[in-house]
Amino acid sequence: MTEHLLKIRDLNKHFGGIVATDNVNLAVEKGLIHAIIGPNGAGKTTLIAQLSGQVKPDSGEIEFGGHSITGYSTARRAREGLARSFQITSVVMPMTLLQNVMLAVQGTSGHSFRFWAPVSTDSEMASAAMASLAAVGLDDRADRIAANVSHGEQRQLEVAMALAMKPRMLLLDEPMAGMGKEEGAKMVEILNHLKGEMTILLVEHDMDAVFSLADRLSVLVNGHIIATDTVENIRGNHDVQKAYLGDGHA
Amino acid sequence: MDWNLLITQLLNGLQLGLLLFLLASGLTLIFGIMDFINLSHGSFYMIGAYFCGTVVAKTGSFLAGILFGLVGMFAVGALVEWFIARKLYRSDHLDHVLVTFGLILIFDTLVHLIWGAAGMAIPLPDVLNGQLTLGNLVFPVYRLLIILAGLLVAAILFILVTRTRLGMLIRAGASNRTMVEALGININRLFLVVFALGAAMAGLAGMLIAPITEASIGMGNDIIIVAFVVVIVGGIGSVKGAFYAALILGLIDTMSRSYLDVVLSLAMPVTYAETAAPALSSMLIYILMAAVLAFRPQGLFPPAGMK
Amino acid sequence: MTWLPQTISGRVYTAILLILAPAPFIFEWINQPFYLDLLSRALILAIAVVSLNLILGFGGMISLGHAAYIGIGAYCVGIPSYYDYYNGWLHLALALSVSAGFALVTGAISLRTKGVYFIMITMAFSQMVYFTFLSLEEYGADDGLVIYSRSEFPEWLTMDSGTSLYYWIFALLLLSLFFVHRLVHSRFGRVIVGAKFNEQRMQALGFNTYRYRLVCYVISAMMCSLAGMLLGNFTGFISPDMIGWARSGELIFMVIIGGSATFFGPLVGTIAFVLLEEFLSLITVYWHLIFGIMLVALVLFGKGGIHGWLSRLDRKGAGDD
Repeated sequence: MTEHLLKIRDLNKHFGGIVATDNVNLAVEKGLIHAIIGPNGAGKTTLIAQLSGQVKPDSGEIEFGGHSITGYSTARRAREGLARSFQITSVVMPMTLLQNVMLAVQGTSGHSFRFWAPVSTDSEMASAAMASLAAVGLDDRADRIAANVSHGEQRQLEVAMALAMKPRMLLLDEPMAGMGKEEGAKMVEILNHLKGEMTILLVEHDMDAVFSLADRLSVLVNGHIIATDTVENIRGNHDVQKAYLGDGHA
Repeated sequence: MDWNLLITQLLNGLQLGLLLFLLASGLTLIFGIMDFINLSHGSFYMIGAYFCGTVVAKTGSFLAGILFGLVGMFAVGALVEWFIARKLYRSDHLDHVLVTFGLILIFDTLVHLIWGAAGMAIPLPDVLNGQLTLGNLVFPVYRLLIILAGLLVAAILFILVTRTRLGMLIRAGASNRTMVEALGININRLFLVVFALGAAMAGLAGMLIAPITEASIGMGNDIIIVAFVVVIVGGIGSVKGAFYAALILGLIDTMSRSYLDVVLSLAMPVTYAETAAPALSSMLIYILMAAVLAFRPQGLFPPAGMK
Repeated sequence: MTWLPQTISGRVYTAILLILAPAPFIFEWINQPFYLDLLSRALILAIAVVSLNLILGFGGMISLGHAAYIGIGAYCVGIPSYYDYYNGWLHLALALSVSAGFALVTGAISLRTKGVYFIMITMAFSQMVYFTFLSLEEYGADDGLVIYSRSEFPEWLTMDSGTSLYYWIFALLLLSLFFVHRLVHSRFGRVIVGAKFNEQRMQALGFNTYRYRLVCYVISAMMCSLAGMLLGNFTGFISPDMIGWARSGELIFMVIIGGSATFFGPLVGTIAFVLLEEFLSLITVYWHLIFGIMLVALVLFGKGGIHGWLSRLDRKGAGDD
């Protein structure tokens, strides 16, 4: 019996006259990498924003781990185990990589109304943070300032932070955005390692990455999911080819 | 029921409201379009009064004072924008606060240097000094003039903002600055005009009130906060919002000073009402601001397209 | 000698503290009591500036209304004294609780807003406090309130003399500096600092940033009210003039002169401000003009205030790379 960790039911969102999310229904199976693809303007960003709590849907339900999270704030969803990485890198630039990841560990380990003990002496938090940095291959650069590392390393940091939250599910919004071939390949490797242990909803433009990583694929066109299936079936689906892949792909 | 007092206070409230509108309309546009905090907007109010007073002293004509004052204030505003504000648009709000705070100090001292520490009286031509009698009611002509001038400027501003190309750019800039920039409009010139216009209107407010209160150093520094409250309540970037909020707040502030003790004494012993009323009436507009923010943080009439 | 500060900035700050500690005796010895007054006032303001730097420098919350808490602290000494209640513990408890209460309510409203809105709202609330005290005829209103005797504490804790009050001030200053240092490095502090740089990211990590900021704001207000309590005792005269938004602007100026988001910046910035104010006003009656120009220049050209300058000296001293 397949267990669905995330269920999206009849989700709708419009901005004025523009329909961004049109009756979206989607279920993400636990332990799988489920990718969402779609042409530009399909509404992927709006969908992720509604899942992470930044945008309120007009109607519909989002169910996570068996109960409704539709009314939850972003922070609350994060504490529930839904971790998100941003399409446009959003880390704490003036802090080191280690400090960034320690924040991620801190956010999901109890409250932070502790005013006295310096965080730098918390070896438990530090080792948990280093473990996440190691998972993405950044542990040798832990003391570099986030603003000073390369774009690709910052994207990896985003993933490290998401992992450090010990989430039940990852929401990855174009983790490979702006990356070159080599860095992209490294990211694919990182995500491949997570296969099976982590449930991932992945929005990506990089088709090669999607086809190699995804267990299931959903295609979003004009705010509506036109197909959800295995990678082979989607590749062979005429509607999808017409709407998106067209002549040759990205 | 003292009708004379009631009507007078209503008119005073209207007058205060319109003066606040003159101050707030420039502020709201500067905040909304350039995202620039100008604490020294009250200085424009002060300088306008002094410019006008100087011209009146030299020419004897109040009208000349106003006209030259407006031109002068437009120039001052343009200079401040060019040399100072422009350099700070991409900076932190904190930098805006510090620099414009510094400007207040500079302007206050310059006025002291040029015009001396004592205030400057601005005499009115006799025709404006009289009173208008309607039946039992008597109003000073000059205050009516202020109201008419304020309404006239509001009307001109309304036409400017809704019917001209400049106005369209202003409204677009208030809702979506990056888009206006992307359209290739000369954003620098737009900002300069908005800033200078705001300064001119602030100066006009100062010029209009000075014959009654005298031009004095630092005269703008307290009323500017009320103008800020108007901007918040009306909605940043919205001239319409500034208009309604200014009138509402002006009326509430004025009426409450005269009548709050009466209202309160309906609910409590007169002595309590009389001690509480002055304190409460000075807090009223802030309480209102807090209430608006609690339920509608974007203001009562935010510019279209902003959430 | 590794227990001595290694950096130039560290040495400067240590030297300052070492000079401040025996200051009353130094000034008595050279017979210049005026300077003790000047220093006392500077250190009182420094406590307020330390508290403002917590929310503004470290937390990114630009409050243009912090002077209100100085006023609240001062009136919490003045008003009970007016009714002949001189008990220092009472004054202390009042100052802390009234400032906390006011901060909780106004902070809860203000912190729901951002940017320009937040700044203006903090300004507006402090004006509200100003006008409230201005309208209280009973407590002097415009003319202010005189207190005839300082807050009473047990003999070993007295603040009756200039010297003993100075040590009250110095002790509370040291405590605030230490407290802010611990706070910023704690879990709580990391959330506040993180939220300053990237609030969206902090929320995505699971932090309800609003709540943390509100608590930080209240803590800062309480610290600032201590400065107010000391100021009321020091000047013996309490008036609404302590409260206006121009006073709050000066506090921000002091944060910036010293270097925002630093631990000793508030101390050196405030001392520099007070000394500057004192000596400039001796030179010309138009000293505000110089102040204003300095402020504009500092923002347009200065980087990081006094601490920034000392840090650059540190880096140069460590050898140019």
